[in-house]
Amino acid sequence: MTPKTLYDKLWDAHVVTAYDDGSALLYIDRQLLHEVTSPQAFEGLRLAGRKPWRLDANLAVTDHNVPTTAHTEPVADPVARLQIETLDRNCAEFGVTEFGMGDPRQGIVHVVGPEQGATLPGMTLVCGDSHTATHGALGTLAFGIGTSEVEHVLATQTLVQQKAARMLIRVDGQLAHAVTAKDLILAIIGRIGTAGGTGYAIEFAGEAVRALSMEGRMTLCNMAIEAGARCGMVGVDAITIDYVRGRPYAPQGELWERAVANWRDLVTDDGAEFDRIEVFDATAIEPQVTWGTSPEMVAGVGAVIPDPRQVEDAVRADAIRRALEYMDLQPGMPLTQIPIDKVFIGSCTNARIEDLREAAEVVRGRRVSERIQQALVVPGSGLVKRQAEAEGLDRVFSEAGFEWREPGCSMCLGMNPDRLNPGERCASTSNRNFEGRQGQGGRTHLASPAMAAAAALYGHFVDIRDELGG
Amino acid sequence: MSIEPFNRHTGLVAPLDRANVDTDAIIPKQFLKSVQRTGFGPYLFDEWRYLDHGEPGMECSQRPQNPDFVLNQPRYAAATVLLARANFGCGSSREHAPWALRDYGFRAIVAPSFADIFYSNCFKNGLLPVVLDEGVVDQLFQAVYDASDYRLTIDLPEQVVTTPHGDAFPFTVDPFRKRMLLEGLDEIGVTLAEQAEAIRAYEQRRAQEAPWLFAAR
Repeated sequence: MTPKTLYDKLWDAHVVTAYDDGSALLYIDRQLLHEVTSPQAFEGLRLAGRKPWRLDANLAVTDHNVPTTAHTEPVADPVARLQIETLDRNCAEFGVTEFGMGDPRQGIVHVVGPEQGATLPGMTLVCGDSHTATHGALGTLAFGIGTSEVEHVLATQTLVQQKAARMLIRVDGQLAHAVTAKDLILAIIGRIGTAGGTGYAIEFAGEAVRALSMEGRMTLCNMAIEAGARCGMVGVDAITIDYVRGRPYAPQGELWERAVANWRDLVTDDGAEFDRIEVFDATAIEPQVTWGTSPEMVAGVGAVIPDPRQVEDAVRADAIRRALEYMDLQPGMPLTQIPIDKVFIGSCTNARIEDLREAAEVVRGRRVSERIQQALVVPGSGLVKRQAEAEGLDRVFSEAGFEWREPGCSMCLGMNPDRLNPGERCASTSNRNFEGRQGQGGRTHLASPAMAAAAALYGHFVDIRDELGG
Repeated sequence: MSIEPFNRHTGLVAPLDRANVDTDAIIPKQFLKSVQRTGFGPYLFDEWRYLDHGEPGMECSQRPQNPDFVLNQPRYAAATVLLARANFGCGSSREHAPWALRDYGFRAIVAPSFADIFYSNCFKNGLLPVVLDEGVVDQLFQAVYDASDYRLTIDLPEQVVTTPHGDAFPFTVDPFRKRMLLEGLDEIGVTLAEQAEAIRAYEQRRAQEAPWLFAAR
């Protein structure tokens, strides 16, 4: 048999109908829904008099709009409230399971799916959100879709898809102490660019990827979209299977045994061919900080802001010039001298229990700098929050001067009240540093949870390797 | 839902001369709270287009416009073709981005490359994304800047973009998407009519191979 990549295996197992042009009608095993990209899809079903094809394949959760203050209070913003209530109503009307506000399982859709075992190895999984790539960490073919496609999946349990090209990103060696999956993915994006993965499905492999926990692998796959790839994935191993075991939606008993036997094959075969291979040396990767308005505008923490006059490509030089103007930064300035106003620890990239532990380790027994106006910790789900509280992390953060909040997408995109004011500069564990992303006129510097936590203590970035020892 | 068909379109070109235009820029997050598909046009590129902070429901005709933003220049007021740079539409999967572009009046976007999800979303909304070589796009930017009232003709059946001087640049589009857009078909209706049996057959086979995917939950 011809050796296959993981992507080929996942694709082939889900082809309902193959078309002559290489596209296919793909079966979708799981759809996750949230309040922002689903209302028009449900309305479309209603207008056409259609029913969901397979109710039990869908799971809904509110996350983008929800306030991170007490969830027992009504949502103050009437437009946000309408959208949240619309999801509640749609789920009730069509019979879709929903974890609404107040449910301890509620949280960010990409944290909730794996946590519940609703994301399983070997599945195809979609959601009307680009960070659906996250779920690829479990050996799942997972990608973000638009609202029309959400409706198509609701109505038919399928999607017409073009097959992507295959890219292998192999990371050799081990990451240094205090260097995390977030630093790795930022370094990857820095090299291949935000469009480097466009048209590809990325598989992450190599010694450093194998050594990552599931949380780390999710961080890695989460930002595949920031490299332009609709999906990222990691082959199944013992770490994957141990993570899934016993979760509420995971199979049990004899079905579990059958599933595991099947999942063990969800790896790229020896000798399988990729269309492109990129190799990284993990040992050379430093803690990363973005300085611009695109995730590819990133550098190691010891670097200085680049000078657009030294960039030959005119379009790129122009982009850097615009970015520095928006960010109010000067070429040659060390990244460690950028003063920070706010700190956000959260988002589908970095709000899992391991991320919170990593940040808590840095802040334990210390105080947030006086120049920091707000430091938020927003757990990825109600269950992450509960776990963190059981470990006393909430007190570690609160005693240091962080605000300990309720779960949601929060300041990653500022659809709820958590946002930056014009000109404010934020050290953020989220995934996008676009203009206005965290609030109009706000300036975002992406970093790992430990780096963001340390920035809160000092009021500027520091090299976390010095902080945590090497 | 059937969509507005796209066949052949000739329209005024507006140049948006920056790379990596993301969907947060195309339609900022506060407008995503709508539960409708329409009404996003006035808020297209809101943070670049206006000098004040936009909120959903705002009446935009009286808002202070940013005179430096290209779409605010009177010469581009009637544009229906957007000329853009590489990686247009990167970032979030929000279909509100093509909704806003279409609602504003654009029928086609010409760029050297598009982000995958955005590209796919355009076809569902009667908006044609056209990929041309970087060098050709450079030429078109120059031509737009040099001429007033610069128009391009985009012919989907023939898959070609034609300039006022008669230069013709072919582009590719996959057959399925082309058919949907040409005929303005309801894709869900097509799938249900043509594929429902195949989907059921797949489910029956798959439930034997991987029964845990079809367990009660």
